[in-house]
Amino acid sequence: MSLEKLERLAEAVKSRFAGLEAELFTGFGEKHLGAAVTVHVDPDNLLAVLTILRDDPGFNFHQMIDLAGVHYPERAKPLEVVYHLLSMRHNHRIRIKVALDEGQPIPSIIGVWSCADWYEREAFDLFGILFTGHPDLRRLLNDYDFEGHPLRKDFPLSGNYELRYSEEQGRIIREPTQLQRESREYYNARDER
Amino acid sequence: MAEDREFQNFTVNFGPQHPAAHGVLRLLLELDGEVVERADPHIGFLHRGTEKLLEHKTYLQGVPYFDRLDYMSMMAQEHPYVLGVERLLGIEAPERAQYIRVIFAEITRMLNHLLFLGAHGLDVGAMTMFLYTFREREQLIDFYEAVSGARIHAAYFRPGGVAKDMPDGLADKIWEFTETFPGKIDEYETLLTENRIWKQRLVGIGIVTPQQALDWGFVGPMIRGSGFAWDLRKAEPYDAYDKVEFKIPIGKNGDSYDRYLIRVEELRESNKIIRQCLKQMKAGPVRHENFKQSPPYRGAMQQDMESLIHHFKLFTEGFRTPPGEIYAATETPKGELGVYIVSDGTTKPYRVKIRAAGFNHLQAMKYMAKGHMVADVTTIVGTVDIVFGEIDR
Repeated sequence: MSLEKLERLAEAVKSRFAGLEAELFTGFGEKHLGAAVTVHVDPDNLLAVLTILRDDPGFNFHQMIDLAGVHYPERAKPLEVVYHLLSMRHNHRIRIKVALDEGQPIPSIIGVWSCADWYEREAFDLFGILFTGHPDLRRLLNDYDFEGHPLRKDFPLSGNYELRYSEEQGRIIREPTQLQRESREYYNARDER
Repeated sequence: MAEDREFQNFTVNFGPQHPAAHGVLRLLLELDGEVVERADPHIGFLHRGTEKLLEHKTYLQGVPYFDRLDYMSMMAQEHPYVLGVERLLGIEAPERAQYIRVIFAEITRMLNHLLFLGAHGLDVGAMTMFLYTFREREQLIDFYEAVSGARIHAAYFRPGGVAKDMPDGLADKIWEFTETFPGKIDEYETLLTENRIWKQRLVGIGIVTPQQALDWGFVGPMIRGSGFAWDLRKAEPYDAYDKVEFKIPIGKNGDSYDRYLIRVEELRESNKIIRQCLKQMKAGPVRHENFKQSPPYRGAMQQDMESLIHHFKLFTEGFRTPPGEIYAATETPKGELGVYIVSDGTTKPYRVKIRAAGFNHLQAMKYMAKGHMVADVTTIVGTVDIVFGEIDR
């Protein structure tokens, strides 16, 4: 998307929603690669904002393309839900961000886009984000009796439990993970920072 | 006795090991007689934690994980990831690399659609299709092997270009293939398009209205089947797609038969794109030549200390990206594959979210299968063209 188009979109969002911050990121490098408009929304206004973005002829974001959870343990509000919306009519995209406290619920947007169903179940499964009003908030990707939320930063890469078939008991049993060698991270630049 | 008792709905467990489930789909079907009242897909049997693993790998080490997402269209899966990393770095691949990527993205589209035709045929009872399409798939996989050394998991697209240039003579072989391929597509069409059984099994099955297609976030051939001429190759051209000409086939009724026709037509369009690329591409570098971000040339490494250092640093520590976020999407054979990368300025991504086309399509099974017969469920599973690698991640 060209930069002018994004500027217009950011302006349109600002003028349509009083008090909302539409942040224009001008992209990386000389060619402005990856430029995007990001809007930060409170969980309380989320449904109203998304409904307007979907139905207002100036925006027409008819499709919810992606819903991603992100975990920032060192922030005051450690969880973030990122929505990517797409308008095929205007050929533009927008990114919506909602920051959440630990355990703070966020309204389910399943009434705005049906496809949010599995995305919200996935975010619940992987991050433990609670969506109020979701009709069926079960785990999606992990096992039915899985414990914990694996994409959180404090969840170990090798997991807490491993499954194996026990000859003695004749069934699959669950044991704490035992590593032959401790898992090491080489060149962990994150610690150097 | 039997007359007094009220008939109750009963639940059938379809999969996770079922030949028509295209992998490991567990589908709980609530049936009223032979009519599906409710379908509840259970997924996650192939969940390997790709997103978690990617957070612990450098950007370059992340590439092979993408082959293993949709293992039936491998290079197409690498494409959005390498584009995303390139955009984070603020670079673009050189022209020849862009053409090579388009050629192989289209070869991948053929691979995927050929598998779709074969497997869909098999599901519905046309055994021969599988044998026919795998004849051509084999040739295409040979091109993969020629260029990357691997038949399936190529890891050929790299941030900044491709791993290495195409070997001598490969362009001629691909050209030869594209001369005969349209004839092969005609062969498939004589078997299926006007086949009475094929039409009886597909026409009017799994209809998606335009409104539903938007609501369920459909992309790719699924949304084109419902009449939207939406294709990221046209809408947001990446690599060399703005330099080639092709058409976007769209459907009218939004049923399985329309989507079959679209995919057959896309095979022909892919063939055209490959021919145009082969004609247009010129000699030149195939990777970005800032050697802090892409590997230095082998010859230079034996002469030049600097190149050796770059090589060592690149393959041990990796390159750093500026902090920021990116959403990159490409038109894979199944639709939009999006990669959302959050970078924190280190050599490893902070978070990668993979948005798979099949994920949306499969969850729409809930309403697509409703009211259809049990036998049609296999048609619907076939028409959404699912591969569990990308859905379960």
